[in-house]
Amino acid sequence: MGKVTPTDVTNPDYFHKVVDCQWACPAHTPVPAYIRHIANGEYTEAYLVNRASNVFPGILGRVCDRPCEPACRRTRVEEKAVAICRLKRVAADHKDDIKDRLPKKPKKTNGKRIALIGAGPASFTVANDLAPLGYECTIFEKLSKPGGLMRSNIPAFRLPEDVLMEELGYILDMGVELKLNSPVESMSSLLNEGYDAVFVGTGAPKGKNLDLPGRWDAKEGIHIGIDWLESVAFEHADKIGKEVLIIGVGNTAMDCCRTSLRLGAGSVKVMARKPREFFKASVWELEDAEEENVDILVNHSPKAFITEKGKLVGMSFDIMEYDIDETGRITDQRITGETTLPCTDVILAIGQENAFPWIEKDAGIEFDKWSVPIVDKVTFESTKSGVFFGGDSAFGPKNIIWAVEHGHQAAISIRNHCQGVELTNRKPDEVELKSTKMGMFEWRYSNAYDGSERRKMEHIDLVDRFKKLDTEVELGFSAEQIATEVQRCLNCDIQTVFDAPKCTECDACVDICPVECLTITPNAESEDALRAALPSGEAPEGQALYVSMDLPLTGRVMIKDENICVHCGLCAERCPTAAWDMAEGIVTIPHAQDQDYAEAAE
Amino acid sequence: MTSFVKPRIDRKNAPVNSLGLKRQDYDGAMSTLCAGCGHDSVTAAMATAFYELAIEPHKAVKVSGIGCSSKTTAYFLKEAHGANTVHGRMPSFATGAMAANAALTYIGVSGDGDSLSIGIGQMIHAMRRNANMVYVLENNGVYGLTKGQFSASADIGSIAKKGTVNEQPPLDPCIMALAAGATFVARSFSGDRKQLVPLIKAGLKHKGFAIIDVISPCVSFNDHKGSTKSYAHTYKYYHKAVHADYIPPTDEIMTSYDEGETMSVELHDGGKILLKKLDPNYDPTSQASAFSKIMESKASNEILTGLLYIDDTKEDMATQNNLEARPLNQVPYTELNPGPKALKALQAGWK
Repeated sequence: MGKVTPTDVTNPDYFHKVVDCQWACPAHTPVPAYIRHIANGEYTEAYLVNRASNVFPGILGRVCDRPCEPACRRTRVEEKAVAICRLKRVAADHKDDIKDRLPKKPKKTNGKRIALIGAGPASFTVANDLAPLGYECTIFEKLSKPGGLMRSNIPAFRLPEDVLMEELGYILDMGVELKLNSPVESMSSLLNEGYDAVFVGTGAPKGKNLDLPGRWDAKEGIHIGIDWLESVAFEHADKIGKEVLIIGVGNTAMDCCRTSLRLGAGSVKVMARKPREFFKASVWELEDAEEENVDILVNHSPKAFITEKGKLVGMSFDIMEYDIDETGRITDQRITGETTLPCTDVILAIGQENAFPWIEKDAGIEFDKWSVPIVDKVTFESTKSGVFFGGDSAFGPKNIIWAVEHGHQAAISIRNHCQGVELTNRKPDEVELKSTKMGMFEWRYSNAYDGSERRKMEHIDLVDRFKKLDTEVELGFSAEQIATEVQRCLNCDIQTVFDAPKCTECDACVDICPVECLTITPNAESEDALRAALPSGEAPEGQALYVSMDLPLTGRVMIKDENICVHCGLCAERCPTAAWDMAEGIVTIPHAQDQDYAEAAE
Repeated sequence: MTSFVKPRIDRKNAPVNSLGLKRQDYDGAMSTLCAGCGHDSVTAAMATAFYELAIEPHKAVKVSGIGCSSKTTAYFLKEAHGANTVHGRMPSFATGAMAANAALTYIGVSGDGDSLSIGIGQMIHAMRRNANMVYVLENNGVYGLTKGQFSASADIGSIAKKGTVNEQPPLDPCIMALAAGATFVARSFSGDRKQLVPLIKAGLKHKGFAIIDVISPCVSFNDHKGSTKSYAHTYKYYHKAVHADYIPPTDEIMTSYDEGETMSVELHDGGKILLKKLDPNYDPTSQASAFSKIMESKASNEILTGLLYIDDTKEDMATQNNLEARPLNQVPYTELNPGPKALKALQAGWK
């Protein structure tokens, strides 16, 4: 009979995956580590830990898509995740001057010239990684101010300009050249300028249109969401009509409706084709919009624009009904009626795509049938050697934190390309385990479980909120809120590390575990058969089952469901032989600078 | 001691029993015993047994004497009634409580010191009375609270932590129980939850006195080389003779076993205890068979475990003595105290 082989905890991904937030973060920000810094009042350290991974903690602490929070382990023991994103902002808000702790502009460059197209998060990340290593980075931007979508699409009431400029400034200070008002109009001529590598980080700048009857009859009043947000951000538009309909219910729609309110709209309705559970917008962005009295109407499918003498006066919609099965999928739909809503303006926020009218067909860069560039998912190189893509321009619209990760990976490739190293020769991830034991029942992390609920971010009063377009809505956490929220983090990166030869099979760990995630059982032929020995049974979140080596006294194995462990350390506290240890698992995700050390060591 | 109390965490996939209670609803205060103590495992097994039988915690009574083991009644079923009584006197206390309210479920927790030295007379007589309770004897062969002197259950040749060798013969609670007429005699090991939990469940459902002698190693004073009550020694010489599973009246016996290896014993509540035996010749319903089997295993240094003897036909204390079935607190006052006239009439009958 076959037996389940013991878990290989030396695989860097094993413990990394246990840290759900870090694993879910595209840039793999070590979340629990920075939250511990905040708990200790070390805001600067917390900021720098963040910055090493995600480059823009102040920006992301306000507007990140937060893939970490739905993943947070806390949601398995209570309703709400740790406010990971807002704690990032805490680090950024309270840090000291960090300028002398950032890499300086190198005294000498290495002569390699890199062209970065588009001054958004992807290009800035590449520059952040390469400029300190001596690469001469030049960013080309068509607009008059840098930031890309962080400036043009995210309203200032969510992301103040000074926060944006501060973090872009740190990178520019490393000796990066920024050319504003400099659209790249021809890839071929840029390639002729002798750059050692070209990085395309131009985002997904083309908002989708909605070609329904009446679309072209109205001379004004119909706007493409991201274009309209950009014209507001650059002060080309400063007002809107009284009755505004937003088509689409993603995060751009939320920014559009809230911006409309600030430009004088009296009534703003967001029109959704499907029921609420299908909304693309983040829950918190929906909440913030509804707090500002935006109406969200479900099951309205746009039918036609209604105009009178070339003036937009309303829009008609089909009223939809859907059949939804148990798994939440739509199995059928039908139209049950029609309605018309009057309006002065319609903003289309139904998606965006990338567009490269400036890349010539003969430039050697291939596109697929949807006009999306063919980009390697590991190296981010296009079909032309030395030309790399990242951010939304690579694989279509994602978000800022993905753009950052693309930038990190592209930087490694560009560095390898310039040094004549294979692009796929990349330093692998590593994990290092450091015991946190300080003495009897003493650990260098706060292991006691804190049952507090998530702190609520305070918002500025509604009456003050709309006075100015750039009044930031979120006020940040108070000292008391910070103190409570940091203790909600379960420290998932403090790993339970088991040393089977020390175990006396006394069951103390099994008994003390507050979530019953451990047991000692005879090994079995499959992981499922082993899981049956645990009270928790199934693993709904798809986490691993830890299986130890054979135990010395009986040959049974220790198993642990990584899914529900709350990292309280009680197993290690109750273990009479210290077979269990709580060890900090430090996952190293190499960036361009580490790649240098890797080769030096070879 | 641990640095903080085991927290109550309501995880999303926690199973519940038929009362809708979670396993953690059967927990008690945080244990203050040494980390790795066998007693903590026994505590967990007792809590699990109550959870699986879906006994309402407030309808259970936990009683104990004095000692490490006797402390553990605080560590499970925090909603239950309970008392730490005088050293070795838990059986009397339990007997009195049972006379006042036979409708509750009784579990006594004691140790080898509390039961086999100071309380030996009490324990023997509770067995004779066939008081309806489970008596868990957490047996580690030493006085742990006073730092490891041999107790009356220490085996000949067992070596104490400081090197002394025990030369007096041990008292075996199972042999004593058989001799005293106990109706449910079992032995188990704190390290074998799969055996212990079903045994406790069967004991709780057995109507009469159920003794479970649980080898429960003392991690601080009797878990070293040369000790015959260490984890290592017990795991090595442990022999599972009879496995007992409680089958509720509503369930049928589904699993089929080879003829001669299984037998079932009918209980008062209509449920059954299904016995799975390693040796087809062993009859756990025969006192003589149990005696000889235990003595044989002693000779071969084996630790014989499982439900070694069961008799569910003998009347328990309440039946023998025709005790009030209703809890006394539910008997109307006029019935409990019929007044001076009734007293006079009664006394007249004795004149």
